Amino acid sequence: MKESWQYKVFKVFNVGVLIFIVFVTLFPFFNIVAQSFSSEAYINSGQVSLWPKGFNIETYKVIMSDTMFWINYKNTVVYTVVGTIISLILSTMIAYPLAKSRLKGRRFLTLFFVFTMFFNGGLIPNYVLVTSLGFGNSIWAIVIPNAISVFNMLIMRTFFQNIPEELEEAAIMDGSSTFGILFKIVLPLSKPILATMMLFYAVTHWNSWFPAFIFFTDKELFPVSIYLRNMIKGAEATVGTGATAADNMVQISANIKSVTMVLTVLPILTVYPYIQKYFVSGVMLGSVKG
Amino acid sequence: MEATKKVKDLKISKNELWTSIRKDWQLYSLILLPVLYLIIFKYGPMFGNIIAFRRFIPGGSIVGEEWVGLQYFQMFLNDPTFYKVFANTFILAFLLLVITFPAPIIFALLLNELKNQFFKRFVQTASYLPHFFSVVVVAGMVFEVLALNGPVNSLLASLNFEKISFMQLPEWFRTIFVGVDLWQTLGWGAILYLAALTGINEELYEAARIDGANRWKQTIHITIPGILPTIVVLLILNIGNFLQIGFEKVLLLYNPLTYETADVIATYVYRVGLQSGSFSYGTAIGLFESIIGLLLVLGANYLSKRITDNSLW
Repeated sequence: MKESWQYKVFKVFNVGVLIFIVFVTLFPFFNIVAQSFSSEAYINSGQVSLWPKGFNIETYKVIMSDTMFWINYKNTVVYTVVGTIISLILSTMIAYPLAKSRLKGRRFLTLFFVFTMFFNGGLIPNYVLVTSLGFGNSIWAIVIPNAISVFNMLIMRTFFQNIPEELEEAAIMDGSSTFGILFKIVLPLSKPILATMMLFYAVTHWNSWFPAFIFFTDKELFPVSIYLRNMIKGAEATVGTGATAADNMVQISANIKSVTMVLTVLPILTVYPYIQKYFVSGVMLGSVKG
Repeated sequence: MEATKKVKDLKISKNELWTSIRKDWQLYSLILLPVLYLIIFKYGPMFGNIIAFRRFIPGGSIVGEEWVGLQYFQMFLNDPTFYKVFANTFILAFLLLVITFPAPIIFALLLNELKNQFFKRFVQTASYLPHFFSVVVVAGMVFEVLALNGPVNSLLASLNFEKISFMQLPEWFRTIFVGVDLWQTLGWGAILYLAALTGINEELYEAARIDGANRWKQTIHITIPGILPTIVVLLILNIGNFLQIGFEKVLLLYNPLTYETADVIATYVYRVGLQSGSFSYGTAIGLFESIIGLLLVLGANYLSKRITDNSLW
């Protein structure tokens, strides 16, 4: 069948729109990378857009020689690793039983979890709880209160449900216990979903900043996201207090900020090409049977 | 009769429950820790909302000191700032609903028309990227791109327009916020629609072509009805989160100069509650917001069940 001329026009228009979207999506990112390698003078005169001008890597050296940056960076790594392990274990512990139709009260338990997606205690009761548990200024304030994502848990449950029941029945015949089945049969078969979940949780923990922001006062404990946040906010913290930005030297250079941003997203960018398809299949998997 | 039968059923099921717990204790023991976790960290704070009705002193009892009834609720009903942040929240939420909700649908439809798989994958891969960035990094990028000597202002200057100090002007906040949200969610939001699109039966298109339907008519009569269930489910979820408009993003992007349009319920709760230490007052406002959110999702789900036969539960 021949295409109408309207459809041909549309196709050209469509490609144009999509190229524009890609450009707008990637522009801020390339701009930051370009700034991070540029000299301050060119940034301030507004000459840096997609390509570095006045190439310099001095700022990278400055930031990377800042002890506090490395302490905070290391904290982020620790919080991410510990948080991801806890999240994975807890999510598996609930997703697997909920995938079993023989579990009595399964519907009620699912609702018990899903309800928390629509109604939560709110900022202040959460704050009061976490501080009264003595979690302030400790890793637990970050890794515990948001350990289980119900959405992720539902994706895992769907995956477990699709593992053929016959495999487990055969193991029961051979005398395996539930734990035996879980460790010897189900988990080895679930590597794809475990990898996906690990990535989901790891990115969330890596990107998290708010819990640290409200629960931490000790600089040595900050994740790198707070280091960056203070840098971004530092430049305009003076705005509200009446001082003009010009006569305040708190102003942190665009160059330093962009270097910090690049270093903060670097791990995500490094793994992005590899993880992106896992994420996509994970989200689709979860959406098939919500 | 009915009642006794029900009681009998309940007894049997209780016995059954015990038998199955005894038989399957390992399976049941797995759920203990996650359920305990949920009770403490998700249901605990819900119960903690009790301090909206009691006077709470920081450092004092976790459930507050004494009952004060609806005093804190009356307080925000008489608080002019409350109405301002309530209006801001609604306006932002409404803008997000009419702009960033349909955008991924259109984006998915446009992508679906691409024949070149390589280009399609390239566009998708690029469009997901912002979803993986921390909101702190996103805010940082916004500040840099919109800075007075940033690329946007350079472009304006080269076109002989005045430079604009975007981040300091309340009239720009909504545009910026919605723009950033669109930027960050467009590609990721399209995934589910693309999945739904691949699920549409190819034969329907063939039949339509034989009937002489062009691409546009095929889109209207086959493609859109095909992804409608997905749209409805996501719309309900969106309405449920109607008032939760990227609180962290607002907190990072706003400043006292832009409070006029940027201050939302959640940021106000943060300021009165955590920054000024009026815990009970903040909790009362937060509870009010959560209840509206819950009612919205229940209402949307009910309506959708009545009208389209699609619902979340």
